[in-house]
Amino acid sequence: MSSAFHRFANPARFMRYSAVILPWSLWITAALIAVGLYLALFVAPADYQQGDSVRIMFVHVPAAWMALFVYTNMAVASAVALIWRHPLAHIAAHGSAPIGACFTLIALVTGSLWGKPMWGTWWVWDARLTSVLVLFFLYLGYIALADAFDDGAKGAKAAAILALVGFVNVPIIKFSVEWWNTLHQPASVIKMGGPSIHASMLVPLVIMALGFTTFFVAVLILRMRAAIVGAKLRTLQIALIERGA
Amino acid sequence: MNAFLAIVRRDLKLAFRRGGDAANVVVFFILTVTLFPFGIGPEAAILARVAPGVIWVVALLAAMLSLDRLFRDDHDDGSLEVLVLSPLPLEVVVMAKCLAHWLTTGLLLVMAAPLLAVVMAMDGEGFATLLAAMVLGTPVLSLIGAIGAALTVGLRRGGVLISLLVLPLFIPVLIFGVGAVDAAVYGLTAKPHLLMLGGLLVLSLPLAPWAAAAALRLSLE
Amino acid sequence: MNEFFAMGGYAAYVWPALAVTAMVMAGIYIQSHRALHAREVELDALQQARAEAEPEESHGAET
Repeated sequence: MSSAFHRFANPARFMRYSAVILPWSLWITAALIAVGLYLALFVAPADYQQGDSVRIMFVHVPAAWMALFVYTNMAVASAVALIWRHPLAHIAAHGSAPIGACFTLIALVTGSLWGKPMWGTWWVWDARLTSVLVLFFLYLGYIALADAFDDGAKGAKAAAILALVGFVNVPIIKFSVEWWNTLHQPASVIKMGGPSIHASMLVPLVIMALGFTTFFVAVLILRMRAAIVGAKLRTLQIALIERGA
Repeated sequence: MNAFLAIVRRDLKLAFRRGGDAANVVVFFILTVTLFPFGIGPEAAILARVAPGVIWVVALLAAMLSLDRLFRDDHDDGSLEVLVLSPLPLEVVVMAKCLAHWLTTGLLLVMAAPLLAVVMAMDGEGFATLLAAMVLGTPVLSLIGAIGAALTVGLRRGGVLISLLVLPLFIPVLIFGVGAVDAAVYGLTAKPHLLMLGGLLVLSLPLAPWAAAAALRLSLE
Repeated sequence: MNEFFAMGGYAAYVWPALAVTAMVMAGIYIQSHRALHAREVELDALQQARAEAEPEESHGAET
């Protein structure tokens, strides 16, 4: 296990592998999303209650899944960074955060647009949307904390601790939000997931989710490469300054 | 145990000397809750309906305002390093400081709560439950808040950042705290809510000091 | 075709939702790509500068 780690611990190795993986992940993303959108817009049937507005589900639900998936990734990467001091783990965690925040934003906006024709208001305090909103704040807090430190290494470690604390809290928050939601029973019985999901809806949903996942991989690679190049840049700048003095 | 109490006593002494800070927290609590009737109107039915929520939210904010000084003063005058080197594990030191913090903030909020329940025209049925819920919930605020304070102790403008870090984590306490009082007011049992609050307390007692200690060690590297 | 765009009357919600999704995803992709590119360019430039400085140093450096 540790030898596998150390094989990938080398930034140069990561740069070589990621250079190969990146174009693949981009093409696969494009293909998956194209297929997913086609199925979502042309093949999936309209819902008998929600009509064509249910098609928003095909971006809203995968985005919400990704919001949680990316945060989990951040937590795992943070744990690896703190326990094994794997150099790339911090970079992976920090690079994931903005992507996860974007998915939460998408989930919130599309959720709002989906809810408006159904409930008549731009925001609904249903359990899932509320949990995603809190998750959004957790992402913002992580990004703010990491960027607040002048010393990048300290910032990365502090953010890692925060990611783990947040991760432990996510199930607690989800549970308490669902509890709270049942106490204040919303008037409508229509659930945002639709009455039941059958294959014609499940397949495009999963394809979109996979496409979003490969998208995440691609953008994460870009951000990690940028971080590694940035580190090389800083080292070189310092060396040149010392040379010049 | 002696060392633990020594730290608690030290923090209490420092808090008394600085007297103003603890007073500020309580005054903020009272003042802000009192603003609500001005904003919402004096109709008792409406005030009573929102009373538990308002009191809890403002208690959260008041607790949060006091968090920055939990570790900052020690950090600034170097006593943080001394505390880290003490024979007590750092986690226990953090627990001691959280206890002292609660005694100078949370406890005072609990004592001010009945006054504010009256101001907000809260139904008498809810008073006892409000106190019980706050006794269980405010220590959790101090414990979770300690994590935020520890993470930002080295930063120049950490105070504002603490709110962003800590408020989302406060939400479960808020939900169960208000839920308990609402249940009592409507004649239902508040026990499940109080049990959840107790559970949060039991969970955060070991875990929060652990995370805060890790963050403190990080800031001293 | 018009029926498709009308989305059963929900066009005002469905199309903006898809648009926001596309824009946010494109946005983070473009920003990440630009950041990487900018740093690569700067690194190249610095490495060039260092390579040019080196030959001059080796002239007078042997003491």
